[in-house]
Amino acid sequence: MATSPRATQQKFEPWTDPDAKPYVRIEKVTKKFGDFIAVDDVSLSIYKKEIFCLLGASGCGKTTLLRMLAGFERPTSGRIFIDGVDMTSIPPYERPVNMMFQSYAIFPHMTVEQNVAFGLKQEGLSKDEIGSRVNDMLNLVKLGQFAKRKPHQLSGGQRQRVALARSLVKKPKLLLLDEPLAALDKKLREHTQFELINIQETLGVTFVVVTHDQEEAMTLSTRIGLMNHGEIVQVGTPSEIYEYPNSRFVSEFIGSVNMFEGRLVEDEPSYVRIGCDDLEAPIFVDHGVSSAPGATVWAAIRPEKITISREKPDATDNWASAVVQDIAYMGDMSIYLLRLDSGKVVRVTQPNIYRHAEDRITWDERVYLQWYPESPVVVTK
Amino acid sequence: MKPLLKRLGLDGRSVVTAVPYLWLLLFFLIPFVIVLKISFSTGQIAMPPYEPLLHWTGEKVLQIKLNLGNFAFLVEDDLYWKAYLNSIWVASVSTFFCLLLGYPIAYAIARSNPSARNILMLLIVLPFWTSFLLRVYAWIGILKNNGLLNNFLIWIGAIDQPIQMLQTDFAVYVGIVYSYLPFMILPLYANLEKMDLTLLEAAADLGCRPWQGFLKITLPLSLPGVRAGCLLVFIPAVGEFVIPSLLGDPGMLMIGKVLWTEFFNNRDWPVASAVAIVLLLFLVVPMMYFQRAQDAEAGGAHR
Repeated sequence: MATSPRATQQKFEPWTDPDAKPYVRIEKVTKKFGDFIAVDDVSLSIYKKEIFCLLGASGCGKTTLLRMLAGFERPTSGRIFIDGVDMTSIPPYERPVNMMFQSYAIFPHMTVEQNVAFGLKQEGLSKDEIGSRVNDMLNLVKLGQFAKRKPHQLSGGQRQRVALARSLVKKPKLLLLDEPLAALDKKLREHTQFELINIQETLGVTFVVVTHDQEEAMTLSTRIGLMNHGEIVQVGTPSEIYEYPNSRFVSEFIGSVNMFEGRLVEDEPSYVRIGCDDLEAPIFVDHGVSSAPGATVWAAIRPEKITISREKPDATDNWASAVVQDIAYMGDMSIYLLRLDSGKVVRVTQPNIYRHAEDRITWDERVYLQWYPESPVVVTK
Repeated sequence: MKPLLKRLGLDGRSVVTAVPYLWLLLFFLIPFVIVLKISFSTGQIAMPPYEPLLHWTGEKVLQIKLNLGNFAFLVEDDLYWKAYLNSIWVASVSTFFCLLLGYPIAYAIARSNPSARNILMLLIVLPFWTSFLLRVYAWIGILKNNGLLNNFLIWIGAIDQPIQMLQTDFAVYVGIVYSYLPFMILPLYANLEKMDLTLLEAAADLGCRPWQGFLKITLPLSLPGVRAGCLLVFIPAVGEFVIPSLLGDPGMLMIGKVLWTEFFNNRDWPVASAVAIVLLLFLVVPMMYFQRAQDAEAGGAHR
């Protein structure tokens, strides 16, 4: 998983501050198309200068929610406030909000310069001011020398930056980005992610990004709102979502995970022990779980939090034995698919620390898996 | 088949592209050359009613007799250039009204429910299923002094006396606009229908009210459709013969009528051919110039 460049910077967590006022407030918003409920009773608070990612599979309602922020759709019920002003029934052309479209929607009959100047001309600004603001913006997105080009003379990455410049030049209170990087190839995408964050920090604009790409969400965002079937299932920082998923859906959507179904055999406030039919030994977890005794729970363990060895561990909990079914060598790490005696296949990733590992674990070997008590996350739904 | 094509130096692609060229050669270029040839010949009372251009005199001496008098005649007699100018004027006015009516219709169809679009387009094309001549005759029944329109106007009390509508320029404009409207609507619809509507959302997002979005985005992007529709109406309207002779004033000067008279009444094929050649030049030269200017503006790579 890519690391967030924000991790190196000073803490920015307005959502933990009880006195901070949310900049964008979505209150119990529902949107129906006929009988279909696209967005179901969503409430969200987004703070100034955040990059908030709405993440979800296609059809989960994230784009509808974004379009309601832009004003292209009106909520069936609920309210939307931006900077304290009720925006629910304000048309898009009167909102202090701009959007970067997934298809970029660059005007094909205008040059790059005219595209970027379009919104400013609409505001009726003076020629000089338009000229200097367009110029500054084109330099910011490094398109200065392409000002006179027509869109069809640009590459995909350049078009993306035209679209970004055009939506930022009006200095919106809120910038909405619909799958901003989806049309770019992998290398360019990674590069653009960092550029996008730099631009956002330079201008201090609040971003709301819609994406289906979890890696993009992890890299870009201050917080992620994970959506499923029109509802927000969890809101949190990328690491909260990854390390503390609140449901099976969240843990399986973000990254890969090994899910062990079982029952609570010991249920104490500070630890639990879970009996699992797929494993010889119980799973010991160092945190309490609020669930009825005997109820079905799931222990989710990430592939990188499991270690493999040839020796049988000398422990009563948190181990399993398995046979190596498949190995995928990825360069920086290897993925092992290990078949337990029950038939369940467990995915484990190991970093390739040594270049010449003669004694590497190989196909069909019997191995033992182990993990720490703090590695599994127990979810009850 | 394949070895034969190969021996001739042809592959499948060149055969396919040859088909339209062959079509143009057979049905456009050869007839054009024949007409061009006749336009330079001298009329005579015979069958065919013109002297041959090429003549073998004696042994291996080819005599070419070019008669430029036909073209000189067109310049000398002001009937011809008045007819040309009047035809171009009538065609221009008709094209303008076709655009005025056709654009909103095409726009409304292109923005209607996708399931309704095909039915609406069918309705636009439906009149073609009856004969063109019949439809023009029907207008006589509507426009004549005791026709539908006059009777209706008298019945509602708008007028006391029938208005002379048939055999006026008005009737010709009505006839041409009515007949050629589908040729304006079809290319406009094709253009407007494929427009990316997110462009309008982007315009709204950048502060455009809906009517501003139309003026700044939809209209400029639909110009190729406007151009195609105007050409499709203007070109046949210039040479139109049937509508002015059925609906218009018998004295109305239209180049199509002049052509007909020269050809059938006067049996002066050389002058008739000269009239046709000049008409073609009037239409083709500005069009080629226009096309070249447009290509240059688009940088040759406009999608």
